[in-house]
Amino acid sequence: MAELLLIVRLAGERVALPASDVESVVEIDHVVPAPGTPLHVAGLAALRSRVLTVIDCPAALGFAPGGAPHRDAVVAVIDGHPYALMVENVEDVVEGDADPVPLPVRTAPLWRRVAKGMVAAGGELLLLIDVPALVAGPASEAA
Amino acid sequence: MDDLLNEFIAETREMLEALSGGLVAWEAAPDDRARLDEIFRFVHTVKGNSGFFDLPRIKALSHAAEDALAAVRDGKRRPDHALVSAVLAIIDRISELAEQLETGESAGSEDDTSLIEALAEQAPGPETRAAAGTSVPVARGASRTIRLPVELLDRMMSGVSDLVLARNELARQLRETGAGGDVSACFERVSGSIADLRDAVTRTRMQRVDNLFAPLPRMVRDLAAETHKQVSLVVDGGDVELDREMIEMLRDPLTHIIRNAIDHGIEPPDDRQASGKKPAGTLAVCARQAGNQILIEIRDDGRGIDCEKLVAKAVSSGVMRADRAARLRTEEQAALIFEPGLSTAATVTSLSGRGVGMDVVRANIERVGGLIDVASALGEGTTLTLRVPLTLTIIPALTVGAAGQAFAIPRSAIEEIVRARSQAVRMETVGGAAIATIRGRRTPVLFLRQLIGGDAPDEGADQTLIVLKLAGGRIYALAVDEVHDHEELVVKPASPAIMTAGLYAGTTLADNGRPLLLLDPSALAARAILSLDEEEKEESSGAGEARGATARGLETLLFRTLDGGRRMVALGAVERIDEAEARQIACTAGRLRVTLDDRILPLEGCETIPDTPKVKLLRLTDGRSEIAYALDEVLDIVTLSAPMRPAKQAGPVAGVALVNSEQVELLDVHWLFAHRHDIAAGDAAGAPVCLLVGADPFLDTILRPVIESAGYRVLREGDAGAEAAATVIGLAEDSATAPLLPASARIVRLRARPEPLGADDDSIHRYDRDAILKALAGPARGRRRK
Repeated sequence: MAELLLIVRLAGERVALPASDVESVVEIDHVVPAPGTPLHVAGLAALRSRVLTVIDCPAALGFAPGGAPHRDAVVAVIDGHPYALMVENVEDVVEGDADPVPLPVRTAPLWRRVAKGMVAAGGELLLLIDVPALVAGPASEAA
Repeated sequence: MDDLLNEFIAETREMLEALSGGLVAWEAAPDDRARLDEIFRFVHTVKGNSGFFDLPRIKALSHAAEDALAAVRDGKRRPDHALVSAVLAIIDRISELAEQLETGESAGSEDDTSLIEALAEQAPGPETRAAAGTSVPVARGASRTIRLPVELLDRMMSGVSDLVLARNELARQLRETGAGGDVSACFERVSGSIADLRDAVTRTRMQRVDNLFAPLPRMVRDLAAETHKQVSLVVDGGDVELDREMIEMLRDPLTHIIRNAIDHGIEPPDDRQASGKKPAGTLAVCARQAGNQILIEIRDDGRGIDCEKLVAKAVSSGVMRADRAARLRTEEQAALIFEPGLSTAATVTSLSGRGVGMDVVRANIERVGGLIDVASALGEGTTLTLRVPLTLTIIPALTVGAAGQAFAIPRSAIEEIVRARSQAVRMETVGGAAIATIRGRRTPVLFLRQLIGGDAPDEGADQTLIVLKLAGGRIYALAVDEVHDHEELVVKPASPAIMTAGLYAGTTLADNGRPLLLLDPSALAARAILSLDEEEKEESSGAGEARGATARGLETLLFRTLDGGRRMVALGAVERIDEAEARQIACTAGRLRVTLDDRILPLEGCETIPDTPKVKLLRLTDGRSEIAYALDEVLDIVTLSAPMRPAKQAGPVAGVALVNSEQVELLDVHWLFAHRHDIAAGDAAGAPVCLLVGADPFLDTILRPVIESAGYRVLREGDAGAEAAATVIGLAEDSATAPLLPASARIVRLRARPEPLGADDDSIHRYDRDAILKALAGPARGRRRK
């Protein structure tokens, strides 16, 4: 059986996240800034009794920070820390048509770091996102 | 003790459950080294614990089994079927005895010696298993404690936190809609129960480190008695709170470490005296919180680790190849004690030795995400440092606001809170750096607004200063816009992305449900020092000021100041350490002075006369004159190896340097002497000289003692040095004084009559003591005679 995928729109593009990396989809209503942190960290948000580190996905890719009033967020837990990935839109959870395959072409430079491959879903090809790489943000490359 | 015993029983049972599969596997494959180690650790742990609880039967059994297994581990013996059976029989018996302990039934009269004898190499095999096989499961008595998985407590904790947030939300809505009295009363009850529940659940996870340290005094006493050693135990930091699970995980490692320290570290009294130490060894155990970690340090002043022997042993036992061993650094050599199967102990005792223990200790510490370090100096002692994370900790915190955002500060770091505008505080800016003088104590000021990337507050903005105390006694003031509230917060580790800011110790939820960042006071200070460094570089490139030179290798005396801070001073400038009574100190001529050996020395290091009966003093000398510096106690002599960071502005402190990773200020001796104008040039004795001129017996019999008791050296005309005297007292009615007077001297003229001699008379009545002393010390009241 093919992998379940969460289809979201981020930085103007429809992409797929492995559903196994995603804990839930929530609406974030208040983000407390965390001064001094990297640009792609939008701040902190409370989800019930947990504190989520909010990731501004466009900034994490290296685009200008989104800052748009989108409040849809994808919750992912990486190394025990919960993160909220702010995306423009959460579409649906679908089953991939086939297993993901490596990308046959070079993607645009900013996407390359987070690209895990591509996957067909609903007859359409989508970029499969590496969630931990997205959360790590652009700075991690230099390190 | 009952609690501990129950712990022991429960723990033994748990270990047995975990081990039961391993026992069978070992029986099937006696050569399996991993199984052997597992069983060996079990009997070793049981042996240690039973020694502590005085359970002779269990101890004898486990010791025998350990001996046999150790022989197998060392390759001296083959694990044959007979041995396996005998060990299994012993483990069964230990399990039975533990059950009996719990149910309170008598341990019975069963004979353990046959089991122990069965371990012997030539023992006849098959029957021994049967001896143990007869054991019947004993009915367990009702227990008053239960063990819960920590995950369950975690779930309770997060459930209660949700409950609190929901309550707060409900409270807001009730306020807005204006609920009736019945509903309000009901809500209050719910609210109160939730608060109690939260408190209880919180407590279930938190324990003071005291719980971990409480058994230590008894344990150390018993171990010392058993090894015929004298050990004094120093325990500190018991009020640090730690996750219960963490405390449980630390119990065994700590026990092992202390056993090792007493058994192998601390020498017998005779040996200690022979090497010039006190007969009683010192074992210090202290816990403290450092950022988001808890540090537990176990320090002994024993013989230390013989690294050479350890390396040789590691090579001979095949743990490490000789070429690799030769390249080890000193720290790495000492760290070999954590390798399985290594020990430098020459004799095997019932306490420890055989190299088990330290590898188990390290495994246990690492399992909770901690680290263990060892530092040792041969002949001087060993220090083991455990660092464990502070995963789920409730800390009392102060919430503050800056630039419209709230932050939390751990209350343990806060010394006091003062308004910047209050009368006790003077705020100054020196070369761009802000300094606050709070009741005479100077502290650097950091603006939280700036630290979080904002602008400095406006001049005269109403800031509140949070005086924060760092490890090592250094303090600084954090200026915030407002102080909100005291809250008890559940701190969770922040994600790596947040930690990169280098400002925070963790995240938490405030009572209003908003996330809150917990500031890390030492990280804030470190950041501020860093920025100071950078600015300093720019400045010194232009000025090339010699004051900025690093004091590499400078020998310094480390001491505690009267206000509790730690400072140091170049050792060469210290003539000696003295002691004065408070009455020897006086505020004269606008500054504090102390009378020592009939001389007056300017006194530094305090702003007011200390309120203790006696004060310790450093006597600093520049070769010609002396200054006294008041201090609380002398701590140590240290050689500065780290470069000194120069102070931003010239002052009593030349700069700051790291001493044992703590920031310590270095006194600027040059500045101290340069700013003591009242030390007369060429006056080696330091005390000011007063020349009495005139023949009136009043001068010698009545006036002279007064002047001398005020700390002056009194001379008469014709004495050596008289012409250099800075102050001259003469009699207004005596016209014979004039010719003898040095031109530069300050003249004080005394008159016999209370009323002035004329309209422009500047003389002082000769019994007006205050006026005379004032005239001597301060700027001359009287006009100088031409």
